[in-house]
This record gives sequence, structure tokens and C-alpha cells, in this order.
Amino acid sequence: MRTLLAAAAVLTLAVLPIAAPWLQFVLTLAIAKGFAALGVAVLLRAGLISIGHAMFFAASAYAVTFLARAGIHDLGLLLIFSVLAGALVGAVAGSFLVRYRAIFFAMLNLAVSMVFYALCAKLYGVTGGTDGMAVPVPTVFGLVLSEPAFKSVLFYLSLGLMVLVGVSVQRYLNSPLGHALAAVHTNEIRLEYLGVPVWAVLLIAYVVSAALAGLGGAIAGFAIGRVVPDFAFWTASGHLVLIAVLGGIGGVPGAFIGALFLELLHSAAVTVTDSWNLIVGMTLIIVIMFMPQGVYGLFARKEASNL
Amino acid sequence: MTRPILEAKGLHVAFNGVKAADDVSIAIHDGEFLAIIGPNGSGKTTLLNICTGYIRPRSGRVLLDGHDITRLSPRAIARRGVARAFQIPQLFSAQRVIDNMMLGLAATDGLWSAVRRLETAARRDEAMALLDLVGLAGDADRISSTLPEGHRKLLDIALALALKPRLLLLDEPTSGVSALERFPLMEALMSALRQRRITALFVEHDMDVVARYASRVLVWNAGNIMAEGRPDEVFSNAQVRQRVVGVA
Ligand SMILES: Nc1ncnc2c1ncn2[C@@H]1O[C@H](COP(=O)(O)OP(=O)(O)OP(=O)(O)O)[C@@H](O)[C@H]1O
Ligand SMILES: [Mg+2]
Repeated sequence: MRTLLAAAAVLTLAVLPIAAPWLQFVLTLAIAKGFAALGVAVLLRAGLISIGHAMFFAASAYAVTFLARAGIHDLGLLLIFSVLAGALVGAVAGSFLVRYRAIFFAMLNLAVSMVFYALCAKLYGVTGGTDGMAVPVPTVFGLVLSEPAFKSVLFYLSLGLMVLVGVSVQRYLNSPLGHALAAVHTNEIRLEYLGVPVWAVLLIAYVVSAALAGLGGAIAGFAIGRVVPDFAFWTASGHLVLIAVLGGIGGVPGAFIGALFLELLHSAAVTVTDSWNLIVGMTLIIVIMFMPQGVYGLFARKEASNL
Repeated sequence: MTRPILEAKGLHVAFNGVKAADDVSIAIHDGEFLAIIGPNGSGKTTLLNICTGYIRPRSGRVLLDGHDITRLSPRAIARRGVARAFQIPQLFSAQRVIDNMMLGLAATDGLWSAVRRLETAARRDEAMALLDLVGLAGDADRISSTLPEGHRKLLDIALALALKPRLLLLDEPTSGVSALERFPLMEALMSALRQRRITALFVEHDMDVVARYASRVLVWNAGNIMAEGRPDEVFSNAQVRQRVVGVA
């Protein structure tokens, strides 16, 4: 039943841009942000809120341009290596961040990402400063595509990856490691007493979440055609947390539904009003107060349990 | 006697000047079911905290199979086959009872698989067998925070058993468990310990339980051992009767 629903949703997304071509860009960007929000949601499982994940989003997008300069032009290779770059940055940052909890974790993520943002903005010679850098149109399996053709390929690739990566992340969350991650939130002491190294469980989750944010960033870079320091700005990180909360804590489809919801709302709103932030704020209030499971909770069946 | 499994030598701990352990030395031998009794606040839980690496003594050493474990973490000591059940149940309270158990079982085998499911048929069966042992099989699908206090205590013990320990440290296993369930629990626990060849140390306030099940008793008072011996010996000691049995 759920699989059917998901398949119908993905199919709808796939045909939407045929009916309304302007939607293709919006949807690609929404999926990209969905990946990053999923990364944030993974850490939310452990009760950790990162207000700095836009850093990995930006890191991978920058990595794409550096790799392209270094002579790699294939879309697949660029994606793989840029995601690895995001994961690497995640491993470095995570190795000391996972020692912290609660507000300290949130603030340190924020702080690290702001240092990263400042570096991107100041190191003009390397990153192009606030102007950023252009993301070139890559080749796809050796084919040189026109920009519109590439954007379509990018959209359908993102859609496919959304399903593939979404299923993999769900598997991870259902695995012993994923359960241990949720257990960090409820009882770290017991976990240690079971002989489980909590830092390792968290570091793995952190690297996974950074890789997810990186994948989102690389896709966004390709879709926009440019990467700027603002990719890493703290409001972007806040936006990802917002999407993750909007989609419901922990749910994999939730992150994408939340991202689609917000992006579509955004494109609808900008045509009629300039109070975008007011709308976002109101939406968030409504979701948190009336739908603690997030937008996804509307569709999810209640687990059978005798509470 | 054989070499002790666990040995504490000359432990000293004080909290703000209050001595919770004042030159304490104990030894647990293979196959024992050693009881520790003593008034509230005399330092029994503190002893378990030291033996599992949760706190460090100011001085003294803890040996496991003759190896010094005084400075090891709870995680490292757990991995050496020492499990602990807590006075206040330490559960994964947002998770189902069965998931608590399967995570405990996975901790010793497949935790590092990020692709296989936590829930396998074999692991589920093993978890159910342990739940059945403590009488919680009917509660498997409940969220563990919704269990009554006594059942949370049982789950906590089952979770310790999931580690397949050689040595089990139980902190008041029957406190919070209803009088009706107390002896069935102890019977089940004893048979599990014998079957799995687990040595155990248990802190206990219920003197009937101690008299019936302990193979040896340590009487604790104000951070010190004031008496030691078989249950019948200890309970006939006038000082013990007055200071501990009466108030415990
Ligand atoms: N972490 C701590 N910080 C400060 N004081 C502590 C700490 N742990 C224990 N104490 C104190 O040490 C003394 C011994 O406590 P402990 O919990 O070991 O006693 P207990 O014998 O287990 O008591 P009970 O029968 O009530 O469980 C008490 O006075 C307690 O208040
Ligand atoms: Mg105690």
C-alpha cells in the first residue's frame, strides 16, 4: 500500500515538468534540499540538531567546480567525488562534534559552518569570493548535452536517486546501527553498558548525513549553474532544519515531502506576496502545534501499539 | 578456592566528605551468587559503579580475572563479559520492548551491519525467549516507557542477560517488583544463571530473597563491610540484625 502510494507520488513528480516546464527547476531544487534535510533528519534521530549542514551542501557544490577545473567532466564521476568530498569534510568535523550534545552540538555546528562560510567568501583567489564560481555543464556518459537537455537529465537522475538513496537510508535506519542511533537519544548510558561505542555510532551517522547534504548541494549546484558562499550561510542551515521538522522527525519520505511542500509554497507565494518569511513562520507554527509528526504524518498509518 | 572472577582491593571513595567506600575489599568466585545487603546510602550502588568503570575510586583497584580494570570505561568492561542491571531501570524508553532486547542482542553480534535489519527471525526468537524468562513475553510490542515500574525492572534485567555475560551485577533486582512476582522472578533468574553458568552479585533489600538464594552475603554499613558469610551465619549475627536487617 505504502509502496504503491510512493510509486504514484514519484510518477506524478516525473510527469509534472512535462505539463509545466517551469516546475522542473523548482522540483530539482526541492529534491536537492530534500537530500540535505534528510541528512539533518538522520541526526535528529539521535536527538541532535545541526544548524550547520548547509556547510556540507556548499562543500560538495564547490567540490564539483574544483573537480571540473581539474579536468573531470563526467556527471557521474563529479557526483560521486563531490559527495565523497562532503563526506570527508563530515568525517573531519564530525570527529570532534559528535562529542557534544544538545545546544552545544547545535551551536558548534553553526559556528563551524560560519567559519566555512567566511572562508568561502574571503578566499577570493580560490573560491571566487562572494561572486562564487560557475558550475559547468558536465558530460553524461561522454555525451555533450545542451543546457536544457542536461537540466532534464539532472531532474530525472535526481528523482531516481531520491528513490534509491531514500530506500538505502531507510535500510540504514532499520539496521542495528540505525536503531542504536535512536537509542543514543533515549539512553546513552545503557548503550555504553551494552558495550556499544556511542561515538562511533554517531560518527557514522554524521558522515552519512554530511554525504546526504553533499549530494543535495552538488545537485543544487548543477541546477543553479553557480555556487556562492550563501550556500553555506546559516539561514540555509536553518532552512534545512525547518524542512526536516516540517517533514516529521525521522521519516525518510518526510524530508522530501517537506522540501517539495516548502519549495512549491515558495514559488506560489512569491508571485502574490513578498511576505515569504511570514508564510514560512505561520506554516511552521501550524505544523508544530497541530501535526507533531510533520506533513508526512498526515499520510503515515499509525503503528499498531497498545498504548 | 579458585582465583576470583572479580576482585576489588582497598577501594576508597568519598562524595563531599561522605565516605561511600572506605577501604573496601571484596572477591567474587566462579559460580557464586553473592548478596550485598546494607542500609540506604551505605554505598552499595557506588560499589557497582566502581566495578563497572562508571566512577573511579580515589584509591584502590578492581581486577577482572586478575587484570586491572579500574580505569576502563563501562563499555570496555561490558565487552569483557560483565553486565549490569540497574537499581533505576535504564531502558530505551521510546522503543518497543522487543526492540530494546534485539538491540541488546545485536550489541554482541551484528551491530555494525548498516544494511541488514535489526529484526531477524533468529534475533527475534532469542529476544522472545529472554522476555519469556522474565515474564514479559506478552508485552513485547509495547513501548517500554508505558510498562509499569515492576515490568521495567524486569526488562532491565533481561537486557543485561542479552549481553550473555560471565558476570552479572544486579542492583536490587526485586525492588519495584510486586510481592507476587518476586519469587517467580528469582526462580527464573536462578535457573537462567545456572544454565548459562553466570556468576552474579546482587544488591538486595528483601531479606527473604537473600536468605533463600544467596550463596554468600556481604553486609555493608557506611562504606564498610561489617560482616560476611553464609546467609544463616550472617542473619544470626546480633549486630547485623540490629544495624541492617532491622532497618533495611
Ligand atoms: N555521584 C554522586 N555524587 C554525590 N554523592 C553520591 C553520588 N553517588 C552516591 N553518592 C552518595 O554516596 C552515598 C552512597 O550512595 P549509594 O547510592 O552507593 O548507596 P546505596 O547503598 O546504593 O543506597 P540505596 O540502598 O538507597 O540504593 C550516599 O550518601 C549518596 O548520596
Ligand atoms: Mg543503591
